[in-house]
Amino acid sequence: MTAADLDTVAAPPANSRRPGRTALPGRPDRRARARLRALREQPGRLAYLTLVAVLFFSGFPLYYSFVVASRDNSALATVPPPVLPGANLVENVQRVFDTVPFGTALLNSVLVSGSVTASVVFFSTLAGFAFAKLEFKGAKVLLVSVVATMMVPVQLGVIPLFMLMVELEWTDTLWAVIAPGLVSAFGVFFMTQYLRGALPGSLIESARIDGASTFRIFWQIVMPAARPAAVVLGVLTFLTAWNDYFWPLIVLSSPEHQTVQVALSTLSGGYVTDQSLVLTGTMLATLPLLAVFALLGKYMISGIMQGAVKG
Amino acid sequence: MTIAAKGSGASSGTKGLLRYRLDLKASPYLYIAPFFVLFAAFGLFPLAFTAWVSTHEWSLLSDEHVFVGFGNYEALLTDPYFWNALGNTLSILVLATVPQLLAALLLAHVLTLRLRAQTFWRMGMLLPNVASVVAVAVIFSQLFGRDFGLVNWVLEALGAGRIDWQAGTASSHVAIAVMVAWKWTGYNALIYLAAMQAVPREVYEAAHLDGASRMQQLFHVTVPMIRPTIVFTVIVSTIYGLQIFAEPQLFGGGGQNGVTGGASRQFQTLTLYLYEHGFNRGFEFGYASAVAWTMFAVIVLVALLNYLFIRRIRSAS
Repeated sequence: MTAADLDTVAAPPANSRRPGRTALPGRPDRRARARLRALREQPGRLAYLTLVAVLFFSGFPLYYSFVVASRDNSALATVPPPVLPGANLVENVQRVFDTVPFGTALLNSVLVSGSVTASVVFFSTLAGFAFAKLEFKGAKVLLVSVVATMMVPVQLGVIPLFMLMVELEWTDTLWAVIAPGLVSAFGVFFMTQYLRGALPGSLIESARIDGASTFRIFWQIVMPAARPAAVVLGVLTFLTAWNDYFWPLIVLSSPEHQTVQVALSTLSGGYVTDQSLVLTGTMLATLPLLAVFALLGKYMISGIMQGAVKG
Repeated sequence: MTIAAKGSGASSGTKGLLRYRLDLKASPYLYIAPFFVLFAAFGLFPLAFTAWVSTHEWSLLSDEHVFVGFGNYEALLTDPYFWNALGNTLSILVLATVPQLLAALLLAHVLTLRLRAQTFWRMGMLLPNVASVVAVAVIFSQLFGRDFGLVNWVLEALGAGRIDWQAGTASSHVAIAVMVAWKWTGYNALIYLAAMQAVPREVYEAAHLDGASRMQQLFHVTVPMIRPTIVFTVIVSTIYGLQIFAEPQLFGGGGQNGVTGGASRQFQTLTLYLYEHGFNRGFEFGYASAVAWTMFAVIVLVALLNYLFIRRIRSAS
């Protein structure tokens, strides 16, 4: 995948207010209008002040959890409380791994989130291709039903879902967490929207004339074309799966089968809350996501914004 | 890859033509089938089956399921703890959603300006959304701690007294609402930003020429224009807010105090109540299903009310 591919996804919608776009040469009255607009939309000090304040409130709780994670509990009782990192981080990390099988939990979370992401991206692209580019009876009604299911609070079906897992003998196994996450209505909708615009119908037609089967068209033409959107969907799906808590808490009981979020809740559920221990665990569970965010946050933003415009 | 072999090999003769037709007709259904089959099995079926289970005395511990009709619902509606949980959930929902969406509107408005380092600000706003609900709940439980919490320390430094956030009904609701708002404000701001960028700029130019200030433009031009998006965010936030679980559970320190939402159930939400009956004591699946199905009705009702309310705003202005 080239950087240019990704940029077409990351780029904001066509009429976004990017500097430079309005400066394009045009008819004189357009240029005058553009100047007027530029004057009006110039952010003042208050705007930047607001943004800096927002940035502070966004970042501070995460930063503070790092401060607590790098100190011992007695340091937290001092007045004023510490606002700079201390020297106990390594020791606290060691304690986390001694208290709960955190390494196994991390591995379980990687396994669950990884397989859920791969499956959602694959099945969403497959269904999105059918809805966007293939003709079949009932396509419209079926697509509407996909969109409708996006609003259904399936979380409320936990009781029968649990009974189903008991029946399948999947309770306390990773299968119980993976299976309900294998497909996503949002994913199908997102891919359908993307492929509608990104895939020229003529390309599919000429492949058909060359005798390619539908699946071959999917594999060799659609999959590569869908890559930019697949990255966006993949990041969003991975985050959601990694952060899932309610269902894993219910269905995973033994420590060696828990995901990171469940392990974290075990850490915080002790009789005496050990703040530096709990927040060290929190930091360990959040750091991989912050790394993903630093690398791919741009695509997350575009995914959320695209989903919004079309939803 | 058996599907790939179909139709590609024999391209001549009636056999090939038949394969080609079958491929053309069957492929679309085959491609959408995984979604529908898996969603039905693990999403829709359990939700629908909840209604059936809710009319039974049904426990994991016994194989006998006695039909009790609306018995579970009758018990539910006469349980003061249920009404307490409903009240708490609605209170937290309002406290979390209203300020959050208003702040998101204002932030999105700021983001439409010609800012330097646009991506940087947007990422800063989305940062809290990356943290899991568990992480958010754990971090803010520390910040709102009675003895060593930073919030109380700031309050004391400002001359106000310390607050035992967890102990009070209103204070615990505020603390939980802050967790929800912190995670979702930036996310909603980005959704509003996307909608605002789709508003034709001529509309703003006309408003500008009429002498409307930036703030007036936001409430009299932007808000009516992006109303469908506002409806969308209100409904999604409502569905999410009515099912809130991790924040109150971990704010109560996990364990039994977490499940009951504090010693006097001052912040037990509906999902915590469901969890308490379904998985925490005795696996009362029938009763817990009645809770789930009632929650479903509440969600549909509240979403509908929101929808009608926002429609009225439109026709009033």
